Order: sequence, then structure tokens, then C-alpha cells
Amino acid sequence: MNGPGDFIFYAAAALTVGAAVLVAVLPNIIYAAIALLFAFAGVAGLYVFLSADFLAATQVLVYVGGILILILFAVFLSNRISDVKISNPGRFRLPAAAICLVLFGVLSYVAVSTPFAVKTPVYHPTTADLGELLMTRYLLPFEVASVLLLAALIGAAFLSRPDRGTPEKDDMQEGKG
Amino acid sequence: MTLDKLLVVAAALFCCGLYTVMTRRNAVAVLMGVELILNAANINFVAFSHFLSRVMGGQIFAVFVIVLAAAEAAVALAIFLRMFATTGTVEVDAADELKG
Repeated sequence: MNGPGDFIFYAAAALTVGAAVLVAVLPNIIYAAIALLFAFAGVAGLYVFLSADFLAATQVLVYVGGILILILFAVFLSNRISDVKISNPGRFRLPAAAICLVLFGVLSYVAVSTPFAVKTPVYHPTTADLGELLMTRYLLPFEVASVLLLAALIGAAFLSRPDRGTPEKDDMQEGKG
Repeated sequence: MTLDKLLVVAAALFCCGLYTVMTRRNAVAVLMGVELILNAANINFVAFSHFLSRVMGGQIFAVFVIVLAAAEAAVALAIFLRMFATTGTVEVDAADELKG
């Protein structure tokens, strides 16, 4: 693949990596969350190049539409917006940057120098195949994942309830049963 | 677009996430770093599955990783809100009540 395809691939890769770097270095946590949105969108673009159309759509729906909104909710609910405290100073910056750069160098060297037995990739729609696999070979993990989602849902709802027994919050406990 | 370029992109994403996890104090920002790391792992799964094999195991695994990330984000954010109600902050250094 070359020409426009290559250009779009490099654009998606640059969007992903640039936004990820911004997530790492931006001091304001809201700006970092918005940068995370672009990183997720760039990853969705990379999925399209890997012939993973279902995953690209899922990435947009779940990450951009779900997890990022949750993160923004948490940012807004857990900071006093009136304070300037919403900024997010880092610590151990230099040693962390050194470790990450060394690790990136090692990982890149391994990725570039390893002779992988690459097959010629095929491009075809994957949604039907994924659905069939989820209903046949991967049925048990699929069901376990749904039980896990239910447990996470109940756990999150339980954790975020107001305190029991505090008299001033009694009016918020109608659902207690 | 080749396999090694994608692996370099995933490595960069992973290192940015690792740096975020190591340097941030705010627990929500740490969670953002964890999401970056999960995305990097997902890119590796899908890339290896696309270039090295004909079966779709990598994409199936990526779907499960996304499911786990969603569950983890929901529970983690509920814990952060709880922590904010208790301690008035979501800085990870403030969660030291179990420290002896």
C-alpha cells in the first residue's frame, strides 16, 4: 500500500502518538482528557488499516463515547472547579522520562530488528466472523465477560451510593428497599 | 504500513501511558494512563493477528480487553468518587489510611 493510504496511515499514527504525548505532559487534566479523545480516535483509525472494522467502531463507541465521558464526569465531580487545583502537577518527571525513553528504545529496536514471518494480509469485513466466533469457540469467555460486566455494574452502583446511616442523607435512600 | 511501524506506534503509546501512570498524582489521570497502555496492547494484538495469522484470535482478545477496560473504568471511577467524598481529594498520595 502506498500513496494516499500510506499518508493516511502516517497521519493516524502521528495523531495517536502526538495526542498520547499530550496526555502525558499537559498539566491541566481537562486538556489531557480531550487529548485522550484524539488518541482513542487515532487508534480507531489504525484499526481500520488492520482490517478490523468492527473493532474500530467499537473503539469509537466504547472508548470515545463511554470511557472518556466517564473520565470527564469523574474530573468534573472530583475537583473543585472554582479552585485552580484542577491542574495536575507531576512528580518524578526526570527518572520517569528516562525509564520510558529507554523502554521505548528497547521496544522499538526489538520490533524493527525481529524478522517476523509476515503473511500477505487479507482485507475483508470481520463483523460476521467475530460474531460467529463469539457464539461458538469463544462462548464461555463471552458469558464470563457478561457476568463480569454485571458484577462491575452492581459494584459501581453500590460504591457510588451515599452513606447509610448519616441522617442528613436519608432523603437519598429511597431505593434501599 | 508494515508490522514493525505499528509495533513502534504501540510502543510509543505504551511509554506515554507508563509515563502518565508514573508521574501523575491525580487518580483520574493515572486511569487515563492505564487506558493508553490498554490501547497499546490492543494495537499489538490486532497487528499480530492481522499480519501473522489467518485466525481472528487477536481481534477477539481485543474485544475482551475493551470490555474489561469499560468495567474497570466504571468501578475505578466509582471508587474515586467515594474517595473524594471521604478525603476531599483524588490524589493517590492521600489514600494512605491503611499505612501502618
